[in-house]
Amino acid sequence: MTSAGSTALTLDLLRASRRGRVLWLLVVLLVLTCACILSVSFGTRDVDWADIIAGVRGSTETMAQAVVAVRVPRTVLAILAGAALGLAGAVMQGVTRNPLADPGILGVNAGAAMAVVIGIAWFGMQTLHAFMWTAILGAGLAACFVYAIGSLGRGGATPLKLALAGAATSIAAASFTVAIILPRNDIAGGVRSWQIGGIGGASFEAILPALPFLMVGSFLCLLSARSLNLLALGDEAAAGLGARVAWARGIAALGAILLCGATTAICGPIGFVGLVVPHLCRLLVGVDHRWLLPFSALTGAVLLILADVAGRLIARPTEMDVGIVTAFIGAPVFIWIVRKRRVRDL
Amino acid sequence: MDEHAKTVTWIATLRRARHQTRLRLGLVMVGLLLIGTGLTLITGPTMTAPMDVLRVLTGHDLPGTSFVVLELRLPRAILSILTGMSFGLGGVIFQTLLKNPLASPDIIGISAGASAAAVFAIVMLGWSGAAVSVTAVIAGLAVALLIYLLAWRDGVSGARLILIGIGISAMLDSMIAYVLSRAPAWTLQDAMRWLTGSVNGATLDQAVPVLLSLLVFGGILLARRGNIEAMRLGDDTAAALGVPLMREKVVAVMSAVGLIAVATAVAGPIAFVAFLSGPMAKRIAGPGRSPLIAAALVGALLVLLGDYAGQHLLIGRYPVGIVTGALGAPYLIFLIIRSNRNERET
Repeated sequence: MTSAGSTALTLDLLRASRRGRVLWLLVVLLVLTCACILSVSFGTRDVDWADIIAGVRGSTETMAQAVVAVRVPRTVLAILAGAALGLAGAVMQGVTRNPLADPGILGVNAGAAMAVVIGIAWFGMQTLHAFMWTAILGAGLAACFVYAIGSLGRGGATPLKLALAGAATSIAAASFTVAIILPRNDIAGGVRSWQIGGIGGASFEAILPALPFLMVGSFLCLLSARSLNLLALGDEAAAGLGARVAWARGIAALGAILLCGATTAICGPIGFVGLVVPHLCRLLVGVDHRWLLPFSALTGAVLLILADVAGRLIARPTEMDVGIVTAFIGAPVFIWIVRKRRVRDL
Repeated sequence: MDEHAKTVTWIATLRRARHQTRLRLGLVMVGLLLIGTGLTLITGPTMTAPMDVLRVLTGHDLPGTSFVVLELRLPRAILSILTGMSFGLGGVIFQTLLKNPLASPDIIGISAGASAAAVFAIVMLGWSGAAVSVTAVIAGLAVALLIYLLAWRDGVSGARLILIGIGISAMLDSMIAYVLSRAPAWTLQDAMRWLTGSVNGATLDQAVPVLLSLLVFGGILLARRGNIEAMRLGDDTAAALGVPLMREKVVAVMSAVGLIAVATAVAGPIAFVAFLSGPMAKRIAGPGRSPLIAAALVGALLVLLGDYAGQHLLIGRYPVGIVTGALGAPYLIFLIIRSNRNERET
């Protein structure tokens, strides 16, 4: 009787949690809409509602309308980049079974940035398409490199070793990058502003070449939701349940790398979105990757839009790049996560 | 009995051989330092004859040559050696106490604290000289204290301290990026050069604070190297050997932070010197020997030869931080290869 009772209870809980998730989904979508409205209406210049509506429709007759028209692609880019980074972060945390995994912390963004700078400086790359491929290549190489160093020695890839390997790799990559641009005054200014990570100069022409990469990357990531659930049980258990562990890891990681590389190519390296978002989402919807992954994408978009709006408002009359804002939001969260965990798990 | 005597003589020969190797390696390093100094003094846009350099150093006044050697090249060599020693010594203390070869002050945020303060002082406040140095030292100590406090939860664990350091360091890096993006062009050059770490334009006045900190903090550390060696064996063993753990740790870390911060304030965060010196020194010193002196010598060699290579051996002229930073990546790869080999052997 008790067992039947507890089964019914579990079912009830499951149903309740599903209702909870749907509720949260609606909340997040609502917040996303609000964030979009904020993003087109707030900025360095104050504009009124009539101009906002006209600007969103594409009219650029007055200064205010033109400003709004510039904010529209910027908002779209924030949605795409935020979603990509949030999704990539959730997948990386699943693949490495590591709560501190983030494209910024693990040096993947730094690798992509270095590859793009090398491409610009040595091979005279100009097109966004070329940036895209180089960034993805760099992201992939950096990810493999960091994972290889991080899993050295006893105990495999612990969060501590991965984070240290990522930090060291980031410093080495940054050093190379400076060495490349230092004698090249012609490209130094542009590269430096790109390196901070911003979505300021967004345009639809710049976003378009990234779309295929983002789509394929998201597809691969969302496809691996089930296998990530299995991987969370440990490699042996996952293999016992019929998952092909190496394949599952590889496909999920490839998806994350595509997302990170493409995002870095348009916006420059933006850190900590991929770290914060999955943790927040786990609090909302639990650990099931089939819910966690889409939620991370949505929440990532919200976070990046809000960080961008904050960056515009904090440093008036100029702007603070979104990469700096996310670091200031994200680093305290990172520290909080580290403090919360027991030493043994690090 | 006979067996016993044989073992004793064998151990004695082994010890003597080891002692001799160590002595020889020490002499080789000192010799290399002298050669490096000599090269720095001789080489420049106009080469100076070695005999002329010697005559200038012994007090003769040769028009032109005296200025070049005594005012330009000698301060550079001295500053390289002093900052290198500070970085090497400070780095090896952190690596020893945190029991992790990757946990050097440039990775866990100590250098980033000093850098952020110095860049802020240069760019936002328009300071220069001693004021910048003092700010950097204070900030370095403050950041070290902050990391320590944040890592405190029923005692400080090395792993938590390292991870929190990485988080803080990411935040400080993005602060530096923000300050630099606000910088007017003329101070930007100054700040960038400082950030990469260089001994360009060194003067003897700059060397004074570094020398003082090396004498005070270095002296403290060398006097305690027995205790520091004991702490390498683990906290429990060290306590059993009669080391007052708490006090010794605080003194050692404070001294190391002082060394790093003063050197950073003068020469900028010369990348990876602190990171690379410790492991190399440990190999040179051999097992069971304190690597402190060796680490200082290795650090000095790295900065001196790195500066020479950056100035005269490479195409184009690079500050020393670029050269040493580029050494970091091969070292990480070396770590992978070595640990793979070790695993195969065991």
